[in-house]
Amino acid sequence: MNTRREQLVGVLFALPWILGFTIFLAYPLVTSFYYSFTSFSVLRPPHWIGTSNYRELIKDDVFHQSLKNTLTYAAASVPLATVFAILLAMLLNTKAKGMAFYRTIFYIPSLVPMVALGVLWLWIFNGHYGLLNEGLGKVGLPTPPWLTDPAWTKWTLVLISVWGTGNAMVIYLAGLQDVPQSLYEAAEIDGAKAIGKTWHVTIPMISPVILFNVIMGLIGAMQTFALPYVMFPGGQPARSTYFFSMYLYDTAFQFQRMGYASAMGWVMFAITLSLTLIALKLSSKHVHYEGG
Amino acid sequence: MKKFSSTGLATSRRRRVLINRVAVQAALIGLSIFFLLPLIWMIVTSLKPIDETMTSPPRWIPSHFEWGNFPKAFAYNSEDLGYIPFLVYGKNTIFVTILAVIGSVISNSLVAYSFARIKWRGREVLFGLTLATMMVPGPVLMVPMYALFKEFGWIGTFRPLWVPTCFGSAFNIFLLRQFLRTIPIELSEAAKLDGASEWRTFVDVIIPLARPALVVIAVFTFLWAWNDFMGPLLYLTDQQTFTLSMGLQFFQSQHTGTPWNLLMAASLIVIVPVIIVFFFAQKVFIKGIATTGLKG
Repeated sequence: MNTRREQLVGVLFALPWILGFTIFLAYPLVTSFYYSFTSFSVLRPPHWIGTSNYRELIKDDVFHQSLKNTLTYAAASVPLATVFAILLAMLLNTKAKGMAFYRTIFYIPSLVPMVALGVLWLWIFNGHYGLLNEGLGKVGLPTPPWLTDPAWTKWTLVLISVWGTGNAMVIYLAGLQDVPQSLYEAAEIDGAKAIGKTWHVTIPMISPVILFNVIMGLIGAMQTFALPYVMFPGGQPARSTYFFSMYLYDTAFQFQRMGYASAMGWVMFAITLSLTLIALKLSSKHVHYEGG
Repeated sequence: MKKFSSTGLATSRRRRVLINRVAVQAALIGLSIFFLLPLIWMIVTSLKPIDETMTSPPRWIPSHFEWGNFPKAFAYNSEDLGYIPFLVYGKNTIFVTILAVIGSVISNSLVAYSFARIKWRGREVLFGLTLATMMVPGPVLMVPMYALFKEFGWIGTFRPLWVPTCFGSAFNIFLLRQFLRTIPIELSEAAKLDGASEWRTFVDVIIPLARPALVVIAVFTFLWAWNDFMGPLLYLTDQQTFTLSMGLQFFQSQHTGTPWNLLMAASLIVIVPVIIVFFFAQKVFIKGIATTGLKG
């Protein structure tokens, strides 16, 4: 009787999520899958058209380009931001004066809302009177057209993503602080230098954290929306910054093709899932878990 | 002889430590400039008169501080950009954010408590499903959520932006559950021996101990709601109900020049509350992150 009561209490406590999970996750996922096989807009109810949305995607050049843009961005920004965040965290993990102060400063950029971030960088990267090119020009460095040359625009976004890497940095920092000091002492007795200690102690010990951050970064990069939407309306120039989510949004709400957009959503889901599984598979030999 | 070489070693080691320390400080200062300079430039620009925003070389110190840019940014009206009721957007954003934070803290703590400290059949299955849903990219849900809220008659209202947060979210539940599991079970057992119900145990014993983790949830939800761009873009239809992150866009002009000083002032108005909240929550926040098992 006691356990029966416990069952009831447990379900009651979890009830908000049982409802939320059903209404705001499971149900939309199922309907989205159904929509992906229909033609459907706000004005017209969905009607079944089989797999033609998916077949159309195979031939859709804009879709291919947005997919390529997104994958290129993810392939550049995730590794760069990972390495940068780990280096920052290692620097913040040393014993120097004013560490709490630096930690706050390094973290602040990641607090800036995406849209404010976008307009700030539009201003700094501006080709005519932008601060960055003024500075680069003064010291005799090239002044690339950050916002107007399709060859540069994606790199502009990658640079910004590196600037706002604070969240991952804090998580790495917490991971670093958990590495037992005795391991470093043991490595020192074995004659390991700083680089050796980093490579053979630090990296293996924080490898689960790296894996977690890389996967979260990958999922985030695949969904990039607000920043390019604000900085490069329509993904211009030459659709070089037209990302997957922007095309999905335009398809659903500008072109009113919600069935087609749903099919795109499921392709995105499939790609994200495969990338995550690949990351898990590739890492399984290298990630070190304590105690099993 | 032996003695001499060992002191020589000691000085060289001391020198190496010193060089190391200088290098670390230099790197920290250099990186601080890298992180802060864009924001300082934003502040400088927000305090300039418009004709000093586009000078070459750039002016770091304005001829005078144009404080009037801030009141101007709150309710801007121009022929090119139209009327931008930024103050109204601020009010809307605060409204949505407060409801989202309250809803999120209450719902996530209830659900996480159930997952962490009550044994019931189906718990592990639901928790597994919950973790799996973290993999679902947001854009997959864009169309069906819109259709759902349209069914509810919620398009054009604030409800799609905050009501879902009152039902918990996978990430927050996960975070909080990890934290609650670290609280010794003996505390709950002692409370129950004293005759406390599950509810009393939750409210009087567990919640006070979970403060740091609750602050983390509150800050995350605040950041998410305050910064949310896609939600308002999808569900809000009337100019008067827009939020700050949407309003910022309107300062960008397609025709005549963008008033950069006002745009930067408006951006600061959006950023400053976030930084204030972070500063107040910082200590508990960092402690909460370190103990919630967020690190994997």
